[in-house]
Amino acid sequence: MMTLETTLLLVGVGGQGTILAGKVIASWALKQGSLVKVSEVHGMSQRGGSVVTHIRIGQEIFSPLVERGGAEFIIATEKLEAWRWLPYLQQNGTLIVNEQEIYPLPVLTGARSYPHALGSRLQKSAARVLMIDALKIALRCGEPRAANMVLLGVFAKEIGAKRVDWHQALKQNIREQYLEKNILAFNAGYEQKFTI
Amino acid sequence: MKALLTGNAAIARGAFEAGVSFAAGYPGTPSTEILETIGRLYPQIEARWSPNEKVALEVGIGASLAGVRALVAMKHVGLNVAADPLFTFSYTGVNGGLLIVSADDPGLHSSQNEQDNRNYARSAKVPLLEPSDSMEAIEMTVYAFRLSEEFDTPVLLRTTTRINHTKTIVTLKERQDIACREYRRNTPKNVMIPAYGRLRHQFVEERMRRLQEASENTPLNRVEKGNSIGIITSGITYQYVREAVPDASVLKLGMPYPLPAALVREFAAGVEELYVVEELDPFLEDAVKALGLNPRGKELFPLTGEITPAMIAEKISGKKLFPGVALPGDYKEEEIPPRPPVLCPGCAHRGVFYTLKKLDLIVSGDIGCYTLGCLPPLESIDSCVCMGASIGIAVGMERANPLLKGRIVVVIGDSTFFHSGLTGLLEAIYNRSTITVIILDNRITAMTGHQEHPGTGKTLRGEKTVSVDPLAVAKGMGVKRLRVAEPLDLQSFTQVLKEELTAPELSVIVARHPCALHKPTAGQRYYVRIDKCSGCLLCLRLGCPALYVQEEEGKQKASIDKNLCGGCSLCSQVCRQGAIMEEVAE
Repeated sequence: MMTLETTLLLVGVGGQGTILAGKVIASWALKQGSLVKVSEVHGMSQRGGSVVTHIRIGQEIFSPLVERGGAEFIIATEKLEAWRWLPYLQQNGTLIVNEQEIYPLPVLTGARSYPHALGSRLQKSAARVLMIDALKIALRCGEPRAANMVLLGVFAKEIGAKRVDWHQALKQNIREQYLEKNILAFNAGYEQKFTI
Repeated sequence: MKALLTGNAAIARGAFEAGVSFAAGYPGTPSTEILETIGRLYPQIEARWSPNEKVALEVGIGASLAGVRALVAMKHVGLNVAADPLFTFSYTGVNGGLLIVSADDPGLHSSQNEQDNRNYARSAKVPLLEPSDSMEAIEMTVYAFRLSEEFDTPVLLRTTTRINHTKTIVTLKERQDIACREYRRNTPKNVMIPAYGRLRHQFVEERMRRLQEASENTPLNRVEKGNSIGIITSGITYQYVREAVPDASVLKLGMPYPLPAALVREFAAGVEELYVVEELDPFLEDAVKALGLNPRGKELFPLTGEITPAMIAEKISGKKLFPGVALPGDYKEEEIPPRPPVLCPGCAHRGVFYTLKKLDLIVSGDIGCYTLGCLPPLESIDSCVCMGASIGIAVGMERANPLLKGRIVVVIGDSTFFHSGLTGLLEAIYNRSTITVIILDNRITAMTGHQEHPGTGKTLRGEKTVSVDPLAVAKGMGVKRLRVAEPLDLQSFTQVLKEELTAPELSVIVARHPCALHKPTAGQRYYVRIDKCSGCLLCLRLGCPALYVQEEEGKQKASIDKNLCGGCSLCSQVCRQGAIMEEVAE
């Protein structure tokens, strides 16, 4: 079996489920026989701050961290965070972005402004950009907190992985009562067609 | 069996496998999950939160003297609190093995400083271990207990955030069956009066000599032979070195203190260029230079923050790890607004800080979520140094500068108050201070992710216990003016605060409301009636993430994000137009 080697960043806002998404990716990769390192920062950043999870998958990994220009994928649960972490994307990397905008406090109070037209600017920002209204899709699946799973669906399809393997990874990490809606959200992302 | 574990879960696993039967600590990022994991997964180990790190180490010492293996875990600054017992426990040594885990935080991800606790190993004369991933965290935890018992010494295991919070693959083993050792009184060993302390200091120096020999021979210190570039490193930077310069020769120090001098000399003799790569202080570099060697270290790498593989590649091999990034032409970093952490929607601290700002008071702050009250728009904290410091600092300010009298307020969380606010309060009582101390009593240790403490009525494992009331404690200590106030009722809270500020003696106000994240307010949410909103945006000064500005017919109006609203009602209280209303359930 061909095992995947990749480096990715999961970025978003504290509370959006990047840590859970990281767990699911790690479970999937382990099952594929790859080695995995997952690095995240807890604590202060949980309180609505900018959050990032580093994931490296391969056969021999030393540093658990993704560096500037080192990520093959960036999965962003929020547009401004995608923009913030863009320097970490490889030149030929893929950006998977949720269209949601969450205003940071300096924007809410009027001290700073949210960058204008970020959607169209992101669209032109990388070799491959997959933008999706994951929150809307998650709401349709009956679970607004499953926007992260929609994005995982897009990622799984993008790397040509089998859907059933991911369902297994979801099962390992999500409690029974939430599982069905999360799988629905994952599938919706997996089936999404992109015109690029 | 294989598993993917964080460094913290791995240290917990190591304790389990090493036959540890006692573990204590105080929550602190990035160390918190060590005790939490033990509490959740390993019932064979008595696991507990202590009021602070000093007490945690002291109960650990008790467990060790009584004959069992004990682990004590804390964040780097916690070891400052526990330093007093550490330095003399180094003299007495152990009965059952004792391991202290210090989780350092280079880069200050969630800390007030980035001190390098490897220095404690040298100052307290105890051996130091530094794992580079989770597998090593398990192995070294197990190894530490053998070392501790063989050499009659506490052992320091030092990690950094990237070890504590990185998951890597590990192999799990069975638990060793370790019996409780016999307890016997041993006065010259365990009672540190000067006469016995002198003798034990001699023992400690002799122990250091033997530990140094052990360091020369331990498999934890090893050479990985490569080309003529030689790099001495330890901990997470070992991984970065291997990533950045894969062909270099590496001396990996799993036991960096005491330094294996002969091994270092031999390694240096076999390479043409010698480097030391380490985060923060030149701890290894200074020791290597003391051997008469001349490595390059801090002349290339920073004394502050974290090191990255890219930095190492550039400095040592002159290469870039990744080709330059081609950012879009319209990419300007200065255009990106920061996203600092904020007080949660519904957080009762917001009511306190809004009031403090309005009254323009001098606020001596402390460590916890509420330190975020220093950021705009609430920006109402004057100082924050370390756990429990708020009260002492306020007392000193008031006495030193009479112009500040009547304006000085302390904010300290319930967990922090129990941690080390008690002695500060005693100072205030004893030396007749007239400051106002507000205890932000949200009934949990919130910042680190909701750990129990002496006020919550539950133990680490969720068992029922006594709930200590900070008000009763203050009263028992001798405070005469005591109030309980609801921080989400701005009018009454302001009233109470004003009364206590003008009182000519010390006051303690317990601002009591449960943490909004831990116990959210059930039910009501608020909305803005656009027709009534004048656009004054006063409500925005609360700094609530659920409040935002919306353009309505060319005018700015306030609006509330229903999904975020915590139902605290503060915005409806500050609105002068009566435009913010409670939603009526359908």
